[in-house]
Amino acid sequence: MSDRVTLTIDNVQLQGRPGQTILEAADEAGIYIPRLCHLRGLQPFGSCRVCTVMVNGRPQAACTQPISQGMVIESSTEQVREIRKDIIDMLFVEGNHFCMFCEKSGNCELQAMAYRFGITAPRYPYMFPSRSVDASHPDIMIDHNRCIRCARCVRASRDLDGKEVFGFVNRGPRKELAVNAAARLVDTNVDVTDQAIDVCPVGALLKKRIGYAVPIGQRKYDHTPIGSEIEGARSQ
Amino acid sequence: MDIVQAVQVRYGCVGDEAIDLIATTVSTPRVRVASLVSFYAFFSSRPRGKVVIRLCNDIIDRMHGSARSARAFFDDLGITFGQTTPDGMISLESVPCIGLSDQAPAALINDVPVTYLTSDAAHDIVMQLRAHMDPQKLVKSFGDGNNAHPLVHSVVRNNIRLPWPIIFSRGVRGEAIRKALGMSPAEVIRTVKTARLRGRGGAGFPTGMKWEFCRAADGARKFVLCNADEGEPGTFKDRVLLTERADRLLAGMTIAGYAIGAAGGILYLRGEYAYLRAFLEDVLATRRRDHLLGEAILGKKGFDFDIRIQMGAGAYVCGEETALISSCEGLRGDPKTRPPFPAQKGYLGFPTVVNNVETLCCVPKILEEGPATFGGHGSSGSSGTKLLSISGDCSRPGIYEVEFGIPLNEVLKLAGADDAIAVQAGGPSGQLIGPKDYARKICFDDLATGGSIMTFGPGRDVLKTAACFMDFFVDESCGYCTPCRVGNVLLKERLERIRSGRGEPGDLDYLQRLGTTVKTASRCGLGQTSANPVLTSLANFRPRYEAMVKANKDGFNSSFDVRAAVSEAEGIAGHSSVIYPQATEER
Repeated sequence: MSDRVTLTIDNVQLQGRPGQTILEAADEAGIYIPRLCHLRGLQPFGSCRVCTVMVNGRPQAACTQPISQGMVIESSTEQVREIRKDIIDMLFVEGNHFCMFCEKSGNCELQAMAYRFGITAPRYPYMFPSRSVDASHPDIMIDHNRCIRCARCVRASRDLDGKEVFGFVNRGPRKELAVNAAARLVDTNVDVTDQAIDVCPVGALLKKRIGYAVPIGQRKYDHTPIGSEIEGARSQ
Repeated sequence: MDIVQAVQVRYGCVGDEAIDLIATTVSTPRVRVASLVSFYAFFSSRPRGKVVIRLCNDIIDRMHGSARSARAFFDDLGITFGQTTPDGMISLESVPCIGLSDQAPAALINDVPVTYLTSDAAHDIVMQLRAHMDPQKLVKSFGDGNNAHPLVHSVVRNNIRLPWPIIFSRGVRGEAIRKALGMSPAEVIRTVKTARLRGRGGAGFPTGMKWEFCRAADGARKFVLCNADEGEPGTFKDRVLLTERADRLLAGMTIAGYAIGAAGGILYLRGEYAYLRAFLEDVLATRRRDHLLGEAILGKKGFDFDIRIQMGAGAYVCGEETALISSCEGLRGDPKTRPPFPAQKGYLGFPTVVNNVETLCCVPKILEEGPATFGGHGSSGSSGTKLLSISGDCSRPGIYEVEFGIPLNEVLKLAGADDAIAVQAGGPSGQLIGPKDYARKICFDDLATGGSIMTFGPGRDVLKTAACFMDFFVDESCGYCTPCRVGNVLLKERLERIRSGRGEPGDLDYLQRLGTTVKTASRCGLGQTSANPVLTSLANFRPRYEAMVKANKDGFNSSFDVRAAVSEAEGIAGHSSVIYPQATEER
């Protein structure tokens, strides 16, 4: 097998290595494909579907689809863009996301994604679900209102921390994050230094007593849009 | 999965204590067990009654008056769906299709099916249960064929209206396996390929090719899984095949096992068909005794193959092959990421073939009579015959074995549904079509269907049907990916708004766009077809929608209920609105 795979993304030809996913190959080439559930270092999960691309005319999740020779990928067409906007909207209306008083504002990937796509208000009606907050742990809190079911914490706890603090219960619209205890996070073996706590893309998992240590205005996405770090690699 | 099942059956629930205990016993994180319990409809963390009455809420059952039976249960038990009588004896639940649409309304009482459930019958059932609490004692007469077998003893009828000797062939027991064992595995695969057998579950993937991929894949062990998780509303063909042709099915699995080099097979039986389990176990035992299963089958040294039954527990998504594998592995029924495909990495990470019951029932015939005979039936792209499960407004509901390529209107004539105003072909995940499409042919290349044909006569409301199916998908989504988890709820919301008369003209484009996103971006087959009730009814019955979304003549958005908005002010003022006094009556 050749050690290079040639493919095109939005008419840009690039080379990847066998076994890479579309998203990995694109990242290396400095082409940003928006994503929320995916995070480098974690097993691809393919749940948010924000990274949906058209591969030879068929929809695929870029984070889980391996590359193959001659693939023709569309990632920035109007069609793909509209699908992504729909999905981002869905994630907003599914939970209770109040950016103006969320500690994650400015560092939140969902919020940053909405800005990147020029979304000011979702086109779908809010569901206003009734969800709980688990502040039982002395150092960590879970705000279920903001969880987008991306499973980053589930994967990080299992694969990086060697624990299994988090999991999902129920199915369909009732699917939700659960902890490895009868009810409360404090009854698990989670630790504030766990990587699982750092990977949350939204404000569902927060560390206590460090709120607003970095002021609004100086946060990760306050000046450059999400994805810039990958696109930056290309222009250099 | 089996442990959780046993606890559920014995104690009526799998509570926190049980979850802790199971987790400790099998050394697995507690959250995994909790995840499993919460996923399947047949498991419950809160106590259920000794007897659980599961009334089917499918559209076909509703059309046949299930609401009246429900009312009878409510009245007699003093509870509604999702509740248990105060004495903890009887629970009542509303469940999706239980595979008895041809004898609707139907219910499961624990494992025991009851059919043609009138309100009188419901009253009688409660009276009897109160006296003896033994669901099996409710069975006073038996259905035809093996439904009367001592290990089944069920009222269910087969309703085989049109059997062709292909899938419904009886053959000579052991003959097909003998023929297969006389060939090399590669020859068996070639034979199945020559017959052009395609998967009967709906997707129509060539069976021989699937086997070939699996045979070629590296793996210390390989598996054959039979998908008997027939959950598509309106389908009941597997029920009949499992009852009447279990031997053919198991022969098909054994031949598949030989072809791919598998040592083990699993029959994944949907929880709703638990009443067939003892019977199927007996068929398996008989086959082992007759050397048709087990070590050195029919004396062939080196070919050892056995089959176990895995019970499902009420999850439609487990009919998706990778979700079925997850479920067999004792996990929640989440579909897996593809690739790798099951033929490369399936059950427990080993190469696995997953075939539908009907597909496997075709295999013995192909071996017995040769691929040419089988391929001689049907149409060019779709060889052989197809089982249709026909239900709804028709005079002869039941199972029909037809040649591929038969036009739908001929099928409707056979079933006595000539006056159908709409047909749901392929169940909720298929298409809702009108008379202009009745000349279409049933085959993979035209009107593809897993076999569910629901017929709707004059006076039926297609929007109600679509809404009913959207409820189904909302309930049955696994919740893994965003478009299916959220999108279906949004589709249902807007559909209900239109049905209530508060829709706006723009809502039709809204549904189209949203439905297309769900279809395009969802992760598995369930999600990719879940918007079909809306998308196909919108395409084929658009005037029906348009009639419901006329612009509001008082200038407000239709979705804005002006009467509701002014009602509080009216209450304070003590008189009705001067500007909108009779807004409600005008509309």
